[in-house]
Amino acid sequence: MPADVKIECRNLWKVFGADPHGFLQRHNGDPAPEALAEEGYIGAVQDVSFDVHEGEILIIMGLSGSGKSTLIRCITRLNDPTAGEMTYEGRDLLKLSERELIDMRRHKMGMVFQNFGLLPHRDVLENVAFPLEVQGISKADRVTRAKAMIDLVGLGGRESYFPRELSGGQQQRVGIARSLAVEPDIWFLDEPFSALDPLIRAEMQDEFIRLQSMLHKTIVFITHDFEEATKLADRIGIMKDGRMVQLATPEELVLNPADDYVAEFARNAPRERIVSVGAIMQPATPSASGTVPMTARIGSVAEQVLTAEHPVAVVDETSGTIVGSIDRQTVATSIFGRYNEGERAA
Amino acid sequence: MTEATANARTGSGEGFSLAAIPLWGQFAAIIISGVLLSLVWDGATRWPEAWTLPMAAWITEFIEWLKSEATIFGIAFKDITRGIGSALEVPVDWAEYLLYRGFKKVGLDLGPLPWVAVAAGVTIFAHWVGGWRLAILCALTMLYLATFNLWKDSMKTMTIVVVAVPMAAIIGIGLGIWVTRSKTASRIISPMFDLMQATPHMAYLAPVAALFAFGPVTALIATVIFAMPPMARCTILGLETVSPAVLEAGQMSGCTRRQLLWKVELPAAKRTLMLGLNQVVMQTLAMVVIASIAGATGLGHKLLYSLQQLRIGVAIEQGIAISLIAIVLDRLTQAYAYKETDHFAAGKPFMQRHRHLLLFLVILVLSYIAAEFFRWVKIPPSKFVWGTGDAKTVLFDAKLLARHADQAIRDFNVLAFDYINPVRDWVTIHILLPVRDFFLWLPWPVFVGVIGLAAWRLGGRPVLLLCLALMASFIVTGFWVETMKTTYLVLIAAALCVMIGVPLGIWSARSDRVANIVMPICDTLQTFPSFIYLIPAIMLFRIGDFANIFAILPYATVPAIRYTYLGLKRIPPVTIEAGIANGATKWQRLFKVELPVALPEIMLGLNQTIMMALAMTAITALIGSTDLGQEVVRSISTQDFGRGILAGFFIAALGIIADRLIGSWAAERKRQLGIG
Repeated sequence: MPADVKIECRNLWKVFGADPHGFLQRHNGDPAPEALAEEGYIGAVQDVSFDVHEGEILIIMGLSGSGKSTLIRCITRLNDPTAGEMTYEGRDLLKLSERELIDMRRHKMGMVFQNFGLLPHRDVLENVAFPLEVQGISKADRVTRAKAMIDLVGLGGRESYFPRELSGGQQQRVGIARSLAVEPDIWFLDEPFSALDPLIRAEMQDEFIRLQSMLHKTIVFITHDFEEATKLADRIGIMKDGRMVQLATPEELVLNPADDYVAEFARNAPRERIVSVGAIMQPATPSASGTVPMTARIGSVAEQVLTAEHPVAVVDETSGTIVGSIDRQTVATSIFGRYNEGERAA
Repeated sequence: MTEATANARTGSGEGFSLAAIPLWGQFAAIIISGVLLSLVWDGATRWPEAWTLPMAAWITEFIEWLKSEATIFGIAFKDITRGIGSALEVPVDWAEYLLYRGFKKVGLDLGPLPWVAVAAGVTIFAHWVGGWRLAILCALTMLYLATFNLWKDSMKTMTIVVVAVPMAAIIGIGLGIWVTRSKTASRIISPMFDLMQATPHMAYLAPVAALFAFGPVTALIATVIFAMPPMARCTILGLETVSPAVLEAGQMSGCTRRQLLWKVELPAAKRTLMLGLNQVVMQTLAMVVIASIAGATGLGHKLLYSLQQLRIGVAIEQGIAISLIAIVLDRLTQAYAYKETDHFAAGKPFMQRHRHLLLFLVILVLSYIAAEFFRWVKIPPSKFVWGTGDAKTVLFDAKLLARHADQAIRDFNVLAFDYINPVRDWVTIHILLPVRDFFLWLPWPVFVGVIGLAAWRLGGRPVLLLCLALMASFIVTGFWVETMKTTYLVLIAAALCVMIGVPLGIWSARSDRVANIVMPICDTLQTFPSFIYLIPAIMLFRIGDFANIFAILPYATVPAIRYTYLGLKRIPPVTIEAGIANGATKWQRLFKVELPVALPEIMLGLNQTIMMALAMTAITALIGSTDLGQEVVRSISTQDFGRGILAGFFIAALGIIADRLIGSWAAERKRQLGIG
């Protein structure tokens, strides 16, 4: 196991039905989709394997019913998987006793929920302090810590408000503060911004980026919004019908979708913000004028390239050498080309 | 259920083809053969005595045996009941010391709470939970109880209430938690709650009185058993409806199971739990006043006495007292349930945060001191006198007022009897008695056959078997006549309730102005303990079936109104708009669109009406009746508990039969309509 792997999941299954364990055994642990339907079982998570690396934002993306929420609940053991293996820093997550699991949740895991999951009978401060309270931390300490968290998410001054008196965005800030109060090692976010309206959602995404730039957590983030995924993710895992179809960087997903399903998402993705210059550059030409960095997203250099008479040289910033060139045509195609592809697909 | 219905349908199509006969033909065949059978065999009219199971005697003997010889794990059963009894006596005694006896018995030279302190305490609490309006209502109620010489009896009633409510609430919450945690518990307890819900108040008294001696403890136990199920139901409902996100948030915060229950689930379910508490309080009060026949003293006891002596003026004063207490308890618990937490409490000084409590403590101490010097602080004055010696003028005298009221009502009755009597007698002779005679003539095979066929068609084999077993139970034990008397009273009352309630419900649904008048009246009618409804019945019609039915009406009409109203209000607007767009007139819309869609809901209202009518017929036994309810009441004084317990069970059995028939029909119909 590489040193930077935080969580390792192998061949995870979560099957709902009358006797899921017996069902999996009868089919040697790998039932065909037809067998599931025939015997009235639902394979919410089917044979999913992946790693979560330290410090990365791994986004699990899929439409509703694709099994992404069940998957995150398997990893947090809110739902026990039917079969498969999961380790956290090499420890077998499925062999934890109830006590160990509670300890793990108290110290290592934090989770944010789509519908906030705030305790309606507690005010903001008490909600944020709740995980500390159940650990038995003294009142003075937990109030200090909770206040710091509330300030961190920008809700200072609203400590004594009750959840119902807050807007959706504010409620989710409380949810975020609460999940961070125990300084978790790994942070789970289950569609945290899906219940919010678009403007607030964008604001909260920026807030999330700001927090992560300070905290550098290992994050598993669930969403059904591909744009949100590409905006925030280091890597995206796309789920469909319980299976992980592709797990890759946003750029790879856009440039090399594994199948039509992924391609369909990728088609509507904002390529200019995802694809880097290095991915689409051509061989260096002597006639190049000006330079752009290789890792820059094409959106950020589009104006410079589109207004230049000649192709622009692409520079590898680490070595400072020219590694290729990029011209108007390439940029235009990579940004707008998706419409042609779309027509082709149609 | 649906499956069962389907089975019944296919079943009727197989072999000897019953389905070939139309439904009315099947009923006609059953009725005709039943009647023919009764012509050739007397046993079809009256179950032969020789075949009657002496179940009542067996139960009575069994109870005697329990109380004299039975042992459990080597401990005599009577010692167990005695132990429970004396353990429960402790809180009852202390509540009595506090509220009206004083602490002399335990060697303290301290009187009971002075009435001024109680009245102030309730008013201050009312202000704390609900503001000035509620405080004024409470203050006026307290003054009423004090000035009309009802204080001590009210406190006697409250003695059992204050002990029973926490007990019922704690047991109910405990059972509710258990049911949500354990499938076994859910399988055992849920059907028990179903039975308990169909069982009228009265039926609880006989078995408890059989095991425990006549007195407040018996009343307390019966009250707790009766008032507990709503708390358990609300606990189950509350815990099951806590949002999954909240639960998961609790788990992910690292809660242990216990922390999850106490810190997350129960607090999150607080609203529903408080609703349960409100119901516990109301049920407790309703039961306590009836439990007077099993040894509870207080307002219910006095009211029963007044009614039996036909002292209607006094009865009305007592009835108003019970009603006011009911309203106050209802409003107080509701206000408490919806009380908002004060966000800025932490920032305020101690004195201001606890001003209500401090004010009460000051009044408490002062009133105890003042009670030493002024008698009227300790015991409410029933007479206000101005001046001294010969110059005395009596400003107010509760006893005199009650006597005047009695006389006035007697005078009114003398006058009104000329008009009321003929109506009562005509209805009794021309409607009630013929229907009653019909039910008494009815051969039991006809009754069993018709109900059985209906049960089979509506609910399939399980409902059929249940109904047959329940009907068999009262036929073979020799309770046919009493059961038919109850059936006749309930059916007539329910028919009247529907005739009054459904139109009122329709009218309310049509006009918000009417609804704004009718719905609060319904709320209030449901707040009163059912016992109260005997007062106007006796006052106007004395005793008899007419009075009994009249007493049932205000109590049992409420669900008919309410379910009709809700059923109509819940129709999707687009359904009604489609009716309008298709050119239906107002009346066509009502009869061709709205009522058919709302019918399942209205039938569920009828179901509730029948349940409440059954409960109320049992209570009319207190003023004289000859049906099952009377068996219950009589069994407590004659100590023939077997009959009382069985009679109580049969009232419940009638309720369950009605519930299963109507419930099956409504569920099937809702499924067909694609609603609910």
